[in-house]
Amino acid sequence: MLRIEGLTAEVDGKPILKGIDLEVPTGEVHAIMGPNGSGKSTLSYVLAGREGYEVTGGSATLNGVDLLALEPEERAAAGVFLAFQYPVELPGVGNANFLRTALNAIRRGKGEAELDAMQFLKLARARLKELQMSEDMLKRGVNVGFSGGEKKRNEVLQMALLRPSLAILDETDSGLDIDALKIVADGVNALRAPDFAALVITHYQRLLDYIVPDKVHVLMQGRIVQTGGPELAKQLEASGYASVQAAA
Amino acid sequence: MPAVAETLDTVQSVTEGTYKWGFETEIEMDFAPKGLNESTVRFISAQKKEPEWLLEWRLKAFATWQKMQEPRWPAVKYPPIDYQDAYYYAAPKKKDGPKSLDEVDPELLKTYAKLGIPLKEQAILAGVEGAGDSPSEGGRMPIAVDAVFDSVSVATSYKERLAKDGIIFCAISEAVHEHPELVKQYLGTVVPPGDNFYAALNSAVFTDGSFVYIPKGVRCPMELSTYFRINAKSTGQFERTLIIADEGAVVSYLEGCTAPMRDENQLHAAVVELVALDDSQIKYSTVQNWYPGDAEGRGGIYNFVTKRAQCRGKRSKVSWTQVETGSAITWKYPSCVLLGDDSVGEFYSVAITNNHQQADTGTKMIHVGKRTTSTIVSKGISAGKGQNTYRGLVRVAPTASGARNFTQCDSLLIGDQCGAHTVPYIENRNMSAKVEHEATTSRIAEDQLFYCRQRGLSEEDAVGLIVNGFCREVLKELPMEFAVEAQKLLQISLEGSVG
Amino acid sequence: MNTVVHSGAEGFLHRFEGLRARLPGQRLAWVQALREAAAAQFRAAGFPTRRVEAWKYTDLRPVSDAAFDEALTILGDGDTLPAPRGERRAVFVDGRFREELSQLDGAGFAVGSLAEQLPRLEGRLGALARPAEEPLVALNSMLFEDGLVVTVPAGVAGGVLELRSLASRSERPAAFHPRHLIRLEAGASLTLIEESTGPEDTRYLHNPVFEIELAEGAVLTHARIQREGVKGFQLGTVYARIESGATYDNFTLNAGARLVRNEIHAVLAGPKSACHMNGAQLLRDGQHADTTTVLDHAAPDCASRQTYKTVLQGKSRGVFQGKIHVHQVAQRTDGYQMNQALLLSPDAEIDSKPQLEIYADDVKCSHGATVGALDADQLFYLRARGIPEAKARSILVEAFLQEAIEGVTDETARAALDSAVAGWWEKEAA
Repeated sequence: MLRIEGLTAEVDGKPILKGIDLEVPTGEVHAIMGPNGSGKSTLSYVLAGREGYEVTGGSATLNGVDLLALEPEERAAAGVFLAFQYPVELPGVGNANFLRTALNAIRRGKGEAELDAMQFLKLARARLKELQMSEDMLKRGVNVGFSGGEKKRNEVLQMALLRPSLAILDETDSGLDIDALKIVADGVNALRAPDFAALVITHYQRLLDYIVPDKVHVLMQGRIVQTGGPELAKQLEASGYASVQAAA
Repeated sequence: MPAVAETLDTVQSVTEGTYKWGFETEIEMDFAPKGLNESTVRFISAQKKEPEWLLEWRLKAFATWQKMQEPRWPAVKYPPIDYQDAYYYAAPKKKDGPKSLDEVDPELLKTYAKLGIPLKEQAILAGVEGAGDSPSEGGRMPIAVDAVFDSVSVATSYKERLAKDGIIFCAISEAVHEHPELVKQYLGTVVPPGDNFYAALNSAVFTDGSFVYIPKGVRCPMELSTYFRINAKSTGQFERTLIIADEGAVVSYLEGCTAPMRDENQLHAAVVELVALDDSQIKYSTVQNWYPGDAEGRGGIYNFVTKRAQCRGKRSKVSWTQVETGSAITWKYPSCVLLGDDSVGEFYSVAITNNHQQADTGTKMIHVGKRTTSTIVSKGISAGKGQNTYRGLVRVAPTASGARNFTQCDSLLIGDQCGAHTVPYIENRNMSAKVEHEATTSRIAEDQLFYCRQRGLSEEDAVGLIVNGFCREVLKELPMEFAVEAQKLLQISLEGSVG
Repeated sequence: MNTVVHSGAEGFLHRFEGLRARLPGQRLAWVQALREAAAAQFRAAGFPTRRVEAWKYTDLRPVSDAAFDEALTILGDGDTLPAPRGERRAVFVDGRFREELSQLDGAGFAVGSLAEQLPRLEGRLGALARPAEEPLVALNSMLFEDGLVVTVPAGVAGGVLELRSLASRSERPAAFHPRHLIRLEAGASLTLIEESTGPEDTRYLHNPVFEIELAEGAVLTHARIQREGVKGFQLGTVYARIESGATYDNFTLNAGARLVRNEIHAVLAGPKSACHMNGAQLLRDGQHADTTTVLDHAAPDCASRQTYKTVLQGKSRGVFQGKIHVHQVAQRTDGYQMNQALLLSPDAEIDSKPQLEIYADDVKCSHGATVGALDADQLFYLRARGIPEAKARSILVEAFLQEAIEGVTDETARAALDSAVAGWWEKEAA
């Protein structure tokens, strides 16, 4: 269970999150929608622990663990996975090497045995197959020379390998065509399980046709202003955020 | 940049005490009297029972050196060196040179075992005999090692096995006696004694190093390597290596080096000469791990080295790969003189400077023959208060029609106290030649670090991963066993320095 | 006129002794002190030889072996001034301001002769020049007679100002060392188009020094067209200090002279300032052109761009040396430098030394250099489309130069450069 209470945060001294209260029970998928500049990406960075995003109040725990007290890699080991809106390129770093290093770091954190190169390859191949991705994905440099769609797929592949207990998808749908969108959605849906929760951050309702959320929250000006079921997303699509603003 | 500062601290803490090769071996030694004059030169020559011609050669070099000035153009700073305040010859007490590995002083064998250098020959399996066609592939090939301890070669392995193919692999002092005609024919022909200050010094007082001759058409069945160890105090090491690949010969040679941790600076001034004849190939790899000094810049080796290859033959090829992580100061420019038509020169380099280390390194590619090609890939990493300079020359002579050069020179800065400098010289006198040079400078981006950490990597591992990625193009040129060692070394060298 | 002719540094020092009392400012103590100090520096340094790293590729012996005389300021009969490019121009003949040939009315800012204004220039003349480090600047400081002084007041858009330098035809080789002082106050702007020419049959030395000060937010476009006579020498040094938010945009075309050194020292002294240095060198048989730039990023958040192109014909030699020095304070520096050479002759030589010296970590700096001949495939492609070889070559050479020239956005400056390039090429093709 992800529990956020009264979370406030600022960037460069400017308050962005002004008191977020949110619970995502384990086993559920929640969507956060909101217009540009509402604080969606800030929320995802604050949860993952990115530098420059300063928490000024409130708390965030995952299964009872205080996330805000941890370093980014400790949060990853605690089960937080952030699918980046703009995945970062790491020139010269092979994708396979990167994934194995990450996986083993997380396994170490959990007290599990590390995988050797062969074991890892077997696991990675299995995941690739599930996601209908080519093995070339492993041979290339991390996100280097990847198209926008390939980068997002790579994020999904990493998620499938690392098996987080909380996945945060930060506008993962931006810049994707419909086929890529389906692959991303299938990846998330495949992970749905009683011990997995996801926070899907998006501007558009489109992605939610494929990842049907249990709940939809509307984030505006740093606060959650409305919460509802999947139908809320459709409603927003039809009437825009202005209607929510008026209602709120 | 708090993350950067934090990383810096991490790297700092790790660097201290990470030099794992800093121990000293207790062994009885013979020394030349301290200081440098003509009688020092005569003493060394006499110790090695050298023929008259070589003594004359040394004395001439010494006279030349006395008239020369220490170079001041490198971008490195150090107090004046007192050339009289050092020993120029130090050797473990010995009756005669070791006849076989079994006769080597057990203390020395222990030293090399501790350094992870196998001196004992593994039994060569019958099946491996034929695997000689691919020396660097096929997994666990044995490596022949020449072990140089201060001023002398203490052991050379696999000599007999190599001799079966007509390959000569021995200490150069031994080659002077066993193969005088080859030594006389090639010594000093690539790096003449008066080439530069340190080469002249080396020519006067060189003590040991390796000699390799690969006969016509022979592919050396295993990697050859020399492991240099400075052990004695206040002692300079002046090794001299000469490698000759005759027509169609192929050889891969590795070089490693370490020294004890001391507060004093010690001088290492080597000369390496490579000669490649028609259709031959020499691959020369270095993992330079001399003691770099401590975090305050005390101690460490001054590594002032002249390495040069002549591609004399048509279609010959020389490839230098270096991973420079050690030394307080590095001054070296492994170069290729491309004389033969269609000959090829390559230089792949990773140089790391951390704490107070300084490196001024690069290459010279001199294109003389037609359609000669050269490739330069240099990756400089500066951390702590390190200063890292790439200095290189690409010269195309009027005769070098159709010559090609490509140079890629990248610098990575870690922290805001270090410096990265790029000084390429490009001289072209042939219109049909094509020369391309690219240089970039960057640092590890915050978002790269965060991305890795979000995936669970510690900051240190993230930095290691990114730096290894930065160096990939060079590391992949190293023979397999070395590549793994080099990768670890990179990480260790940076521990304590990243931002 | 049968006095002993001294050559080299000695000749100049000798000339200085003789001229001392006649040089402008002889009654001003600070000018005298400046000249004497420069003379001492020049005496100590002499002409730099190739053993000096900064002069590794340029041999000054053709200059230092020659003897020069003091400049004669007579515009030869055959010399005519081309039509002015803008409304205002300052004309210098053999380094001396010629009011009757100039047109400076209604400039809206102060512009005039250095010799006349000298009493008011204490502290300004010599503020940026470093005679102790550059012997040729010492030579200039010792012997300068005149120059252009421009001060554009804060907020004033100065428009286009032309600076014409002519060398006259004379019996004895002349040497002249103008000192130009350009100051743009906060928010001011100016386009300075500088063109240097001289007779084709006379040896002379033109050794100008510029001191350029750009205050906060000022913008100077400095287009330099060097078309000195083929026996002439130009050894020019530009110092520019660029304060916060200011932009210095320099383009230098080297198309003339037997030997030219175009040396620029620019300092990005204030945050968010910018410096663009571009240039083209078009060389024919017997010519030597050297562009040397030293760019100091001495403040954070500054950007610099350099693109230099050299085209070489016959037995000519081109040199490019470019150093970018990023100081430790200069975080978030964005520096780029490219130099390319096109060799059209088997006897041509190009030497290039791009250089990065970086002491700040948050920087983006890159340089590139390429050297090669015309692309045979491209040439063939054009010819296969029916374009005659000579035309095809000129198309490719123009395309090669384009990248450097397109950086010049000021229309007047651009037109001046285009016509100078076209002029070179026509002469080449003829």
